Amino acid sequence: MKIRTWLSLSSIALLLSLSSLAKAEWGVNMTEGVTEISQSIYDLHMLIFWICVAIGVVVFGVMFYVMFKHRKSKGAVAAQFDESVTLEWLWTVIPTIILIAMAVPATKTLVEMYDASDAQVDIKITGYQWKWQYDYLGEDVSFFSNLSTSRDAVYNKEEKGENYLLEVDKEVVIPTGQKVRFLITSNDVIHAWWVPEFAVKKDAIPGYVNESWVNVPVGQEGIYRGQCAELCGVDHGFMPIVVRAVSQADYATWLDEQRAEKEAAALAALGDYSFDELMTTGAEVYAGRCAACHGQNGEGMGSMFPPMVGSDIVLNDVEKHIDILINGVAGSAMQSFAEQLTDVEIAAVITYERNAWGNDTGDIVTPRDIIDARQ
Amino acid sequence: MTTTTAAHDDHGHHGPAKGIMRWVLTTNHKDIGTMYLWFSFIMLLTGGVMALIIRAELFQPGMQLIEPEFFNQMTTMHGLIMVFGAIMPAFVGLANWMVPMMVGAPDMALPRMNNLSFWILPFAFGMLLLTLFSEAGAPNFGWTFYAPLSTTYAPSSVTYFIFGVHLMGISSIMGAINIVATILNMRAPGMTYMKMPLFVWTWFITAYLLIAVMPVLAGVVTMMLMDIHFGTSFFNAAGGGDPVLFQHLFWFFGHPEVYIMILPAFGIVSHIIPTFSRKPLFGYSSMVYATASIAFLSFIVWAHHMFTVGLPLVTELFFMYATMVIAIPTGVKVFNWVSTMFQGSLTFETPMLFAIAFVILFTIGGFSGLMLAIAPADFQYHDTYFVVAHFHYVLVPGALFAIIAGVYFWLPKWCGNYYDEFLGKLHFWLSFIGVNITFFPMHFIGLAGMPRRIPDYALQFADFNAVASVGAFIFGFSQLLFLYIVIKTIRSGKQATPEVWEGADGLEWTLPSPAPYHSFSEPPQVK
Repeated sequence: MKIRTWLSLSSIALLLSLSSLAKAEWGVNMTEGVTEISQSIYDLHMLIFWICVAIGVVVFGVMFYVMFKHRKSKGAVAAQFDESVTLEWLWTVIPTIILIAMAVPATKTLVEMYDASDAQVDIKITGYQWKWQYDYLGEDVSFFSNLSTSRDAVYNKEEKGENYLLEVDKEVVIPTGQKVRFLITSNDVIHAWWVPEFAVKKDAIPGYVNESWVNVPVGQEGIYRGQCAELCGVDHGFMPIVVRAVSQADYATWLDEQRAEKEAAALAALGDYSFDELMTTGAEVYAGRCAACHGQNGEGMGSMFPPMVGSDIVLNDVEKHIDILINGVAGSAMQSFAEQLTDVEIAAVITYERNAWGNDTGDIVTPRDIIDARQ
Repeated sequence: MTTTTAAHDDHGHHGPAKGIMRWVLTTNHKDIGTMYLWFSFIMLLTGGVMALIIRAELFQPGMQLIEPEFFNQMTTMHGLIMVFGAIMPAFVGLANWMVPMMVGAPDMALPRMNNLSFWILPFAFGMLLLTLFSEAGAPNFGWTFYAPLSTTYAPSSVTYFIFGVHLMGISSIMGAINIVATILNMRAPGMTYMKMPLFVWTWFITAYLLIAVMPVLAGVVTMMLMDIHFGTSFFNAAGGGDPVLFQHLFWFFGHPEVYIMILPAFGIVSHIIPTFSRKPLFGYSSMVYATASIAFLSFIVWAHHMFTVGLPLVTELFFMYATMVIAIPTGVKVFNWVSTMFQGSLTFETPMLFAIAFVILFTIGGFSGLMLAIAPADFQYHDTYFVVAHFHYVLVPGALFAIIAGVYFWLPKWCGNYYDEFLGKLHFWLSFIGVNITFFPMHFIGLAGMPRRIPDYALQFADFNAVASVGAFIFGFSQLLFLYIVIKTIRSGKQATPEVWEGADGLEWTLPSPAPYHSFSEPPQVK
């Protein structure tokens, strides 16, 4: 008796410690999120979950009872019944009623999710292999958002930070207390834009513009992280989404800053840059934007992504080199960088590629060359 | 030549030819069934090694063993090989062995086509696997090969993949036609439709599903081929095509395909549970109607795989409701199995253990399936590890456990010897524990927000990924024990009686063990 009490007590303690562990570090459940929609989806999820648990307890309960009681080794003799129309009706009708009970709240939530009308802010989101472009419609603000975790962290050469793989070089900023509509599309393959805490997940499909929306309540300002959710090629695992929700006043300030930055960049392209300055900037741009496909040392990857080292275009054909950066290569993963990089950055990365890793052409491409080429 | 002549002189005792040509030229349903089963086991191990490579890479965050590009090739090939190379051929192998014996026929209706439908497979999969060694690498766009990732942006090996899928499709359609022809024409006198054993019924319905949807798959890969090589734009938005059309076509094939992989499993379990409960199957006719209902519904639920592609609201609602309805006939099946066990006289030999595990774990997969059917919630589940957990629960402890259960159940009939019961139970417990350690934590990491098909993940997913990887290695290596048990049984073991199991019922158990080369040369009479 004593042993049994001790056993049951200790197993309860074990269960408790396991469940507290589960809460502490081992995420086991869906997030409740921060919006009304995400909350009702969470409630729906828990409702269905508990219904399933209840059914499971009954069905598996009967099974285990049978497995212990009706064993041949305990002298059970088999009954020979094999039919009951009443039972068949019963277990057709009862599940039907349960299903209808589930369908009602599910329909209600879905109808709400599909109502993207009366949005106060429109952001067009375009998926690229493997980054997101955010376009604030009517605000003249547009930028790309790339993974900022370093390749060295991925390859275990340096410590992984707290937000490993869920951090970007430029966050998308939205105001709280306003209905923000996302218009989601893609430039190449299918991606999916997903932020769990908003319960927003929508495929980004070339040729389609999908709608989704979020209204982050005032007081819930903060950083929300997500990831691409549709297999989109090699770096599918490396295109995170980071949203910063700010108050409406901060949002207006932020928009102004963006416009000012853009003007400053246009001015900067008219300045003069030394070879060393271009090489330094170029190396940064290369590591952030090019290395994922063309290799950290320009060695290329597989048959899809050509090497930079010893490439004929890189060594001999400046015009073609600039053209590829600005217009991309049709039908390949090489996209246009005209919108993604500033003139200075494009000039710098071309200069870098033509002089790094023993290419040593001595060519200098200036931002003015890029401005000319764009025309 | 001499052996053939000798065999012909010896009427009524046709033996197999000798040597390798026996297997190349055979038209015997048992030989072909055996080849199907060995082929699918080899594919199981091949796809299993790929799964272990995936799990080894995912053991810790960061890239350790392989590159993201190869990771994508592994997930793609693992899916294709397990679905088309392991599960489907295993069921065809079991059908080849058992359907003629269950309906009281001497062989399959179309024996030469039977030979051809098997021998296509090694070439189809050989070609698919060889792409791994090509410069472009193997297909890397997932087993669902969504366009345009699989067309405009695909490696050049995609053409071999398309040809391989065509070959597999031809093989499946021929196999299905053969099974339908056998069931329609070769039943013993007195065996009316509603007296057919459930494995025969479920395969009958499965065969129709195959005939209906494999041409759709062939159509969709042909459209890809045209887009890639002949300048069409079926799936290319820039040319006026529609990438979403691809998904509609793929899932119109893909959802019935899911039931193609589970209906025969229902049949197998519906034989094993009554046998070891020593009690007739509860609700036979409702089982048949439930199977037919599931098959019908499988054609009108495909877009529940596409809830996030931006379908109109009414479309979402329709597919949500239709999908939820599938829970009803599936529930009926589970309740019938439990009622069959109720007040039985149960023993727990290895086939029964696998069958009971099937009922419980498949039901868990069904629960998560019901959760996924709820469209609003699916926006959070879609393309996460929750989905991975769901379909592995229905396919591994679902379809695969049923196949393993069937092999243990019928092995004494096939080779005349009982398997080693202790080793069989050991295999069961290792598999049962391994499968749950592998796949249960995937529910958690999916709900916590880990997308599927990523080679590296954020740090909060690390612990459960490590657990899942450990489970995968336990499960994977315990299948080598299965191989050992089967080989040991073929070579030696306690002599099996014709009935094999105490509670066995059906024509196949009236034949001696091992079953003669030609099953029934005289049609038996069914009361």
